[in-house]
Amino acid sequence: MALIANSAKLRSYREELVDKKAKEGKKVVAICAGTGCNAYGSPKVVAAFREEIEKQGLSDKIEIKPTGCHGFCERGTLVLMHPEKQLYQRVKPEAVAEIVDRTLKGGEVLEEHLYDNPVTGEKHRTEHEIPFYKHQERLILGKNGEIDPTSIDDYIAMGGYDGLAKALEKGPEAVLEEVKKANVRGRGGGGFPAGRKWETCKNAPSDKRYIICNADEGDPGAFMDRSILEGNPHAVIEGMIIAAFTIGSDEGYVYVRHEYPLAIERLTIALAQAREWGFLGKGILGTGLDFNIKINRGGGAFVCGESTALMMSIEGKVGEPRAKHIHTVISGLYNKPTNLNNVETYANIPLILDKGADWYIGKGTKGSPGTKIFSLVGKVNNTGLVEAEMGMTLRQIIFDIGGGIPDGNEFKAVQTGGPSGGCLPASKLDLKVDFDSLWEEGSMMGSGGMIVMDDKTCMVDVAKYFLGFLKFESCGKCTTCREGLRRLHELVTDISEGKGTEETISLIEELCDTVEAGSLCALGTTAMNPVLSTLKFFRDEYMAHVKDHRCPAGVCKELITYEITDNCNGCMVCAKRCPEDCIAGEKKQLHVIDIEKCIKCGICKDVCKFDAVRVY
Amino acid sequence: MDLTKVDAIIENYDGDATSLLAIMQDVQDQENYLPREAVNHISTKLDVPVSRIYSMATFFESFHLEPRGKHICTVCMGTACHVRGAQRLVEHLERELKVKSGGTTEDLQFTLEEVNCVGACALGPLVIIDGEYHGNVTSTRLTKAVKNLKTREGGE
Amino acid sequence: MTVKFTINGVKVEAESGDSVIDTARRYGFDIPSLCHHQAVTPYGACRVCLVEITKGGRKKITTCCNYEVLDGIDVVTDSEAIHKHRAMVLELILAEAPDAEPVKKLAAKYGVNVSRFERPKAGAAQERHDCIMCGLCVRVCTEIVEVNALAFNGRGYNRGVGGPYLEAPQSCIACGACAWVCPTDCIGFVEEDGMRKVLKWDRELPMEKDEDGRPFAPKFQLHYFKEKFGLPADIYKKAPGTR
Repeated sequence: MALIANSAKLRSYREELVDKKAKEGKKVVAICAGTGCNAYGSPKVVAAFREEIEKQGLSDKIEIKPTGCHGFCERGTLVLMHPEKQLYQRVKPEAVAEIVDRTLKGGEVLEEHLYDNPVTGEKHRTEHEIPFYKHQERLILGKNGEIDPTSIDDYIAMGGYDGLAKALEKGPEAVLEEVKKANVRGRGGGGFPAGRKWETCKNAPSDKRYIICNADEGDPGAFMDRSILEGNPHAVIEGMIIAAFTIGSDEGYVYVRHEYPLAIERLTIALAQAREWGFLGKGILGTGLDFNIKINRGGGAFVCGESTALMMSIEGKVGEPRAKHIHTVISGLYNKPTNLNNVETYANIPLILDKGADWYIGKGTKGSPGTKIFSLVGKVNNTGLVEAEMGMTLRQIIFDIGGGIPDGNEFKAVQTGGPSGGCLPASKLDLKVDFDSLWEEGSMMGSGGMIVMDDKTCMVDVAKYFLGFLKFESCGKCTTCREGLRRLHELVTDISEGKGTEETISLIEELCDTVEAGSLCALGTTAMNPVLSTLKFFRDEYMAHVKDHRCPAGVCKELITYEITDNCNGCMVCAKRCPEDCIAGEKKQLHVIDIEKCIKCGICKDVCKFDAVRVY
Repeated sequence: MDLTKVDAIIENYDGDATSLLAIMQDVQDQENYLPREAVNHISTKLDVPVSRIYSMATFFESFHLEPRGKHICTVCMGTACHVRGAQRLVEHLERELKVKSGGTTEDLQFTLEEVNCVGACALGPLVIIDGEYHGNVTSTRLTKAVKNLKTREGGE
Repeated sequence: MTVKFTINGVKVEAESGDSVIDTARRYGFDIPSLCHHQAVTPYGACRVCLVEITKGGRKKITTCCNYEVLDGIDVVTDSEAIHKHRAMVLELILAEAPDAEPVKKLAAKYGVNVSRFERPKAGAAQERHDCIMCGLCVRVCTEIVEVNALAFNGRGYNRGVGGPYLEAPQSCIACGACAWVCPTDCIGFVEEDGMRKVLKWDRELPMEKDEDGRPFAPKFQLHYFKEKFGLPADIYKKAPGTR
């Protein structure tokens, strides 16, 4: 028997939860346990807190809560103390006893754990004072810092599944109208309006329809979907149930990358709870709605993020895309109408139902309402997950939220949209970020990866990187993609090795044209974006490789030379570590690299404490 | 391998051939690779041609048809890691472990692999050694980590 | 159901489910292709059959082998853009199969006599020969012969085709359908010394002889047919006319 029999029961259940929490009056300490913070050692921090709380007899006053990703990965492990949201960053297990004693018990603020603003030198005490958080609009991610992702009660207490209850009361037609009015566009890359997709799927004649959540987040440099699944899996489940109710489906799938073990684990727990509580299964919340969700793990193929390839894979076949002359909303999984949205899109749905489409379109821009989560990574001070209103400029995101470029280096480009996107230069920093504006500039939103590059990044190398990625990830079915990308990679490699000519560049452009026009799926038809956008905005850099056989950023191995400068004080560390034994020099004497033998591995530069190794 | 384990896995999915990918993944999780006798067994049990299973196993990057090393070093090659020098780390590990990326050392101790992004981009460059994430790694720290593993193995 | 649309301005009719390429060819329009065969499912691999199709006012370049006919679409089978893209596709294919006569001939028709790309080095998995990964052999083997001896392996530029584990496929009956359908003739099919050999797959099977001692088919193939169709045990002993 389901725990929550109907909407009324859901509301009373929530009230009880909230009352109980209020009565207990516990102070909540939310510790980020996302993949990033876990790598910094968050599980040890959690254990240390629990032990210390126990030891000091504070168990009835303080609740230690491991949560999903808070976004500020740069500063992990993050410890967020509710309700005032005081934030301690870079917390190590050794510091925990003192934090419990002096801050949690004594109310003292320990300066050394506060965020220190590298720009102003100021220390900030609470989350909303820190620039990284201050400029964000965290509609989706905000809950990650409050919810224990393994507790459905936490989600319900925060208003979870209320969107579903409201949807069930409204009826499918009214829900569809609401979603269409909200104009929520697909967060997976394409930006297609979800409402219109739902409508076509709903109206496609069939006795069976499927709902799929695409969690095969394959863009390198993107991890927003992973963080939602790890931090707030029920939001995605709720969004899928609302879609199922609207469209008329009884079977759903979440297709998750196998590289995301923690997301799979948390989702598995959440699905089991949703079934037990009665949000999945037969007669959901006392209505006639039957719906279940299964998890499928991806097998490590980027192309399976493409809808038809993903569906092939669910059917137990090789993930080869097929032509979409007939859309998957009409004929998708097992040739039945199938609605596929990505993780972030589904996570937006409960919000829209809960707060209304009018509220939703008040956020963001006219053409792209709401917020978008970006993974802000690469050469930027505040790396992490950022949720910003659509229409914020690149400059605001990279400099106000991201805190600019580290080590005093200069901003060079930002790559958006993953392998299907492009690189935008400094002159485009004031571009307002939404689906359409990025597209117009030859890039795209993609799933929201934002990789910042500085003057030490070579744009030819970046293009080569993405082509190498794509030629490896192409399924190999169609000539233009399989052979076209192989050839583009060869040509760009030639340039990076100083073997290219101006003809190489024109052949690249010619080939890009056919790869775009002639490929079967979006992997191929967008694969030229990283090359064409770098050629458009950084042609000079290509020319330096071609004409002067020089890599201005000092990246392309064949075109660079390592040299030891006068800064060398003869400490001999580089000579000891050189794998080729090609650094000569006596103690306290200037060292010299044998250029003939040097393999340009860069270890000498890494280990030199005196900045004496130069690349030119 | 013990084929009754494969039977149990197939049973978990009610012998349903559409669960082929999941069945292959579960077998690999147990054995660390996909043994040929398991592939043949799955083929017979599910009535799926061996050619199709082989096709899947070579299409999806997560499958391995050869036994892998006791220790698995995976270098993340995501964009964020790339711009922070991941390629050099691969080359460094190739030298340290004396094995090409994608390969396993002859003594079956180490496998060196690349992955196209594990989504821990803030920590780049990142290397995963036996499931443990090492963020912001340098060649010096990698050398130490590998040395530690080697000494531990030598001491046993 | 009859579907009406136009090809190069000419009104044409087809049955729903038909492909644009088959319809066009039936009406005498010449659309080149290397991976299409009416007997098997369209695959859309070679990309040579690119045409322009206008649907609902939106024009798009697309392959037409895997495009099912629709009412009211307008198909254009040749234009400057189509010519340019086909030429580039053929240049890519010519680099894969520089010795294949049908490819050379077709490429020459589009002004491509030499490819600017070098022949790819043999993939990690196996020799490529003149294979262009069109998948006709795989489709024939799985859909028509139904022995599932062949499949693609690997992916992307490392894609290959053959038997599992790159060995001679044990379920292959050496029927030769793959060799017959191959557009670059890169498979190789011979009968000698009482053996049937399919060279690319390294499959050799001893043949059954007729009453005059002439080999006529691989024993394994005959066995397969007998099992598959439940034929009587002595079927191959009877004279051909009475079987």
